[in-house]
Amino acid sequence: MNKKFAIILLLASATTLAACAKKAPEVLPPPPAETTQPTPPAPQVQPTGPQVGSQAHFAAAVGSSTTIYFDTDRYNVDSQDAAALQAQAQYFARYPQVTFTIEGHADERGTREYNLALGERRATAAKNYLVSLGVDTNRISVVSYGKERPVALASNEGAWAQNRRAASVIIN
Amino acid sequence: MKPAILAALLLTSALPTAAMAQDLGAPITEDGRVETTATDASAAQAEEGISFTVTDENAWSDIGIAIPAFATDRDRPTPANADGTGALGREVARVITANLRNNGLFKPVGPDSLPQPAFNQITAPAFSTWSGRSAEMLVHGYVRARDDGKLVVGCYLYDVALQDELVREGWVVGPADWRRAAHKCSDLIFSRLTGESPFFDSRIAYIAETGPKDRRVKRLAIMDSDGANHRFLTLGSATALTPRYSPDYSKILYLSYVDGNPRIYVYDIGTGKQTLVTENRNPTIAPRWSPDGRNILYSMAVAGNTDIYRVPATGGASVKLTDNPGIDVGGSYSPDGSKIVFESDRSGSQQCYVMNADGTNQKRISFFGGRCATPEWSPRGDQIAFTRIAGDFNIAVMNTGGGNMRVLTRGWQDEAPTWAPNGRIIQFFRTERNTGRSGIWQVDLTGQNERRLPTPVDASDPAWGPIRP
Repeated sequence: MNKKFAIILLLASATTLAACAKKAPEVLPPPPAETTQPTPPAPQVQPTGPQVGSQAHFAAAVGSSTTIYFDTDRYNVDSQDAAALQAQAQYFARYPQVTFTIEGHADERGTREYNLALGERRATAAKNYLVSLGVDTNRISVVSYGKERPVALASNEGAWAQNRRAASVIIN
Repeated sequence: MKPAILAALLLTSALPTAAMAQDLGAPITEDGRVETTATDASAAQAEEGISFTVTDENAWSDIGIAIPAFATDRDRPTPANADGTGALGREVARVITANLRNNGLFKPVGPDSLPQPAFNQITAPAFSTWSGRSAEMLVHGYVRARDDGKLVVGCYLYDVALQDELVREGWVVGPADWRRAAHKCSDLIFSRLTGESPFFDSRIAYIAETGPKDRRVKRLAIMDSDGANHRFLTLGSATALTPRYSPDYSKILYLSYVDGNPRIYVYDIGTGKQTLVTENRNPTIAPRWSPDGRNILYSMAVAGNTDIYRVPATGGASVKLTDNPGIDVGGSYSPDGSKIVFESDRSGSQQCYVMNADGTNQKRISFFGGRCATPEWSPRGDQIAFTRIAGDFNIAVMNTGGGNMRVLTRGWQDEAPTWAPNGRIIQFFRTERNTGRSGIWQVDLTGQNERRLPTPVDASDPAWGPIRP
């Protein structure tokens, strides 16, 4: 079982490596001409982007998959959420030193205390899914903000759908 | 086996209290005392007169009450008013007028449009003056500054047609507490004329809100029942939510994110210090006092599932009252402490349930369509107020078995009712669509007298404390 996960994760890591392989050229350079002097090796290309273990680095790696979304009053992980959480699991498998927090949120159309409990439920559902994909439970903190921290500010279905979310956040 | 032990350790290990972060302002002084005193005149109380109930509201809306400025025996300086006791007497009458106007039962006329009685008329009113002004009831009173700096406030209620005194009382207060004497006088009048229990001399804990919708600053705050004497208790660096005054006003339970997680704290008003309601790593929400102040209910999420717990207010072991895979949250004791009404989504959506105080015999009581959230047991014991969710969010009441449901408000989002100490008025908060701006409102049990409370900034989560001694 564990071995199988390890293989999956190794494969996943390889995929992630290929996906963000800016440093490694896709086509090998032509072999040097026989007559030329050997040139000194090219300086190591430093990553110019965000640091490993920062939220920006995580977001650059998984894109919109940092956050999953829920239906009204629901907390189940659907197939779209599962894909996003798999992308997250690949990232966290590749950077095992990274710890992170899952923030659970609800839309404004709920009572305050129920929404705090609901946000906790949603964040925990995301956590449990990541743990099932092999992420160590001790790397994951969970916090619920209920309806206290909306990202979409209008009062309509579109905004509420964006606010019913569990967002994985790396806090440095 | 091993993970189970680890999980158990994580769940129960104590948090280091010494390292606790704070978001507290300077402590406020504890309340001054109000002492009841004999009034100067000696006429016996008239037991004649009237007793209606406030639900018979139409009969009352025409009752005119004249409340001229309170007199003073001699105009003396007082810290309560820069212009002396004479000016203070006018302020006292203004506070009483505003109190009686704001509940929709009376038509009070205040001191700014009435002649001012002399000190010797307080116990011998010039009834002809007042009957000519079509006042049916007359309030007289006086303010006297004692040599020790304290104030004596006397309050008299007369029936103008009967030319008779209905009730009188006097109080000794520190200068800083002069408004409490005005509230005591308002309570005396209200109770005498309606037969209901008093409620004006009480306080409200709430959350003061500022800032844009996505970066709302939420601070713990308190105020008198009329919005006066407003104080912030926290600084606003951490989100504060859902306060509850203890029955003796010495403490406030509330939720704070001060350590980054939602946790319930017990804030001691006298010392300005706070402690966790329970030493536990799990998030705790929805704090409630038992009516005698000895126990605290809180809701705690363990592995994502929220249940209701009880802990002694002095600390100690918690008792789990609900054990259900659904969200069980909140809880409000019946006034005798024997039962608890709470909300649960175990049926698939938020509904209201009643259980015994020990957690046994849990039964759903809401079956009227829509959802039932944030139930609060009336201090009179006969009604439960709650947030009814049926499209919009409205404040509603039902009897304790879930019957006779009545919707009292019609806002877009009206939430979280709290009862006045006499169980006749309900405060709640109303959130505006789109802007997210919030304010505290109150409504009476007829649903007809609704008004917004004045607060210095936006406001939510009101929690009405009991009548003050």
